[in-house]
Amino acid sequence: MNYEQKLLELIKKNERIIILTAENRAAMRNLPALIGDRFIDVGIAEQTMVGMAAGLALRGRIPIVHALATFLTMRAFEFIRTDVGIGKLPVKLVGAVPGFLSEANGPTHQAIEDISIMRGIPGMNIFCPSDEVDLLIGLEEVIENPDPFYIRYNNMQSSVEHETKFEIGKAEVVFEGRDVVILTYGILLKQAVEATEILKLEGKSVGVINLRTLKPIDKELLIKTCKNSFLVVTLEDHFITGGLYSILSEILVEEQIICKVLPIGLNNKWFKPTLLSDVFEYEGFTGEAISEKINIELDKANYQTVQYLF
Amino acid sequence: MNKKSNPELEKIAYKVREHIIRMSTDGGCFTGASLSCTDLIVYFYSNFLNVDKNNLKDPNRDYLFLSKGHDVPALYGTFAELGIVERERLRNHLKTNDYIYWHPNTNIPGIEYHSGSLGHLLSVSMGVAMDCKLKMQSNKIVVILGDGELNEGSIWEGLLIASALKLNNLIAVVDRNEFQANIRTEELIPIEPLTNKFVAFGWQTYKCNGHDFSDLEKTFESLPSQPEKPQVVIASTIRGKGLPSIEARADRWFCNFTHDEVEQLLQELYSKEKTDLKSETLIVR
Repeated sequence: MNYEQKLLELIKKNERIIILTAENRAAMRNLPALIGDRFIDVGIAEQTMVGMAAGLALRGRIPIVHALATFLTMRAFEFIRTDVGIGKLPVKLVGAVPGFLSEANGPTHQAIEDISIMRGIPGMNIFCPSDEVDLLIGLEEVIENPDPFYIRYNNMQSSVEHETKFEIGKAEVVFEGRDVVILTYGILLKQAVEATEILKLEGKSVGVINLRTLKPIDKELLIKTCKNSFLVVTLEDHFITGGLYSILSEILVEEQIICKVLPIGLNNKWFKPTLLSDVFEYEGFTGEAISEKINIELDKANYQTVQYLF
Repeated sequence: MNKKSNPELEKIAYKVREHIIRMSTDGGCFTGASLSCTDLIVYFYSNFLNVDKNNLKDPNRDYLFLSKGHDVPALYGTFAELGIVERERLRNHLKTNDYIYWHPNTNIPGIEYHSGSLGHLLSVSMGVAMDCKLKMQSNKIVVILGDGELNEGSIWEGLLIASALKLNNLIAVVDRNEFQANIRTEELIPIEPLTNKFVAFGWQTYKCNGHDFSDLEKTFESLPSQPEKPQVVIASTIRGKGLPSIEARADRWFCNFTHDEVEQLLQELYSKEKTDLKSETLIVR
C-alpha cells in the first residue's frame, strides 16, 4: 500500500476528510478521478489553500493539504499560525520534499527550518515518518487526531522492520544501545542504521531511536536515554537551531541533566544542491561519515570501549 | 425573517454609533473604520442574513466574516442592539474580564472567526462557501473587505481562485471608505478602477451607497439567487460617518477621546454640530 491508497481508504471511511493541494499532485496522481469534489486543487497558492482549509475545518471537515514543504510552511506561515493555529483547527499540513529530499533544487526549495517554525505554533503537532511504511503506520491516528498536524512527508523505502504500534508522542526504539544512542527522524534513519552497523563492528554498543513525532516528543524516553548513555547524537536534515537538537537541549536544561550531545545537522548553512546520494556524500551524512564524526567525538571524550566489556 | 423598516434600521444604526463612540475612550478603538461600515453591518444582520441569537451554531445559517477586523466595534454594537450579546457586556471593552478587544474573536457569540491580520478571511470564507456548496446548501456567505485591505496579495490570489472554483454562494463586500490606515487609498496605492479589476478576476460586480438603507435593500435584494460567479458589492462609505468632526479625516482612524469629548460626540451624533476635539490624533501604523 502507498500513501495515495491509504488516503483513499481513509476518505472512504471518514466523510469529513477532504483533500487540498497547491498543484502538488505527485503523491496522489490517481486520487482526483477517484474522489471527485473531495479533491480541491487551488493552483499555486499556498496561502489561499491554508485559509480555505481553515474555513472547511470550521464547517467540520478534516482538510489534508499538500504543497512543497518550503512553500507550505514559509509562504503560508502566517495563515497556518493565524487561521489554523489560533483556532486549533484539525488541518493536516503535508509538506513534500522536506530536508535533503529537495535534492538539486537549491536553497529556495530547502525546507530545513520547517520543524523549527512549525513547533513554535501553540497546539501544532509534528509527525516526521522515516519512510513510507512508517508514514502509513501513523497516518490514520494523525489524521483522526482533533488537533493540527504538520506531516514531514516522504515515501522512501524502509531500511528497517518497523514497530507497527503507533502512538503520538512515542518514539520507536530501533536498536537498544548503551555507549552511543543516535536520535533521528525522517529519511536519515537509514544512515543512522548504517553508521550503527559500522560502530558495532568496532565493538561499540549503539542504539538508534526513530522519534516519529517531534511535537509532542517522547520526553520520557529522551530523559532515560540521556541519563544512561555515554554519548547522544542528534541526526537531522534540518538546521541545528530549532530542530531536534534544540528540542533535546530544552529538555536537558529543564530537567537539569548533564549529558554529552553531538549534533549532526546543517550548521547555519544551506546544503549543496545535487542528487540525493551526492548530498549525503558531500554534506557528510553517509553512514560512514556519521560513524567517523561519532568516533572523533568519542576520542575527544577519552572514551574506551572496554569500559563496558566488564 | 421579520424585515425592519428604514426608520427602524436608522434607529438601530444610531444606537450602534453610540456604542462605538463610548468604546472610543479609556484606550479607544478604530472609531473611523467602525463608523464607515456600521450601516452595512446593521443592514446585514437586520434584513439580509439568516442569523439571530437562536441559530448561531446552525450549519444552515448565513455567515458573515469581518476580514478588515479592526471595525469590530460596529459588530459589537450591532450584536448588542439585536440581542446577540448583552448590552452591559460592552462596558467590558478592553478589560481583562472579557474578550471585547480591538479585533474580532470567537469568544463573542456571533463572531464567526477571528481576524486582524488583513487578507485572511477571504480564503477562510471560501472554505466555508466550498463546504456549503458541497453539501448543496443555499445559505449565503458574506465577507467584508476593507479597501486598504485590497493591498494584500492574498486577496487577489483568493479572488482568482474563488472565481476558478465557481463559489457563487460567496458575496464579498468592499467597505470603500477611500482610506487605508492614515492615508487616502488613491494617494498611496490607487485601486481604481476597482470594478474593472473585479470583473477581470471573474466576479459579478455591483456598486451601492453603503449608508443608504434603501439602496442597500435594492442592491442586495436584487442579487441573483443562483448566480454563475462569485459576487462583489463595492459599497461607497465615509470614514467616521455620522460624526462631522471626524468624517473623512486621515488622522481619525484610531481614536482615544476624553470622557468629555465622548459626551460631546454623543450630542454631535444627533445635532451634527462639530465638536472641538482636543485629544491627540493617533497614528497607529
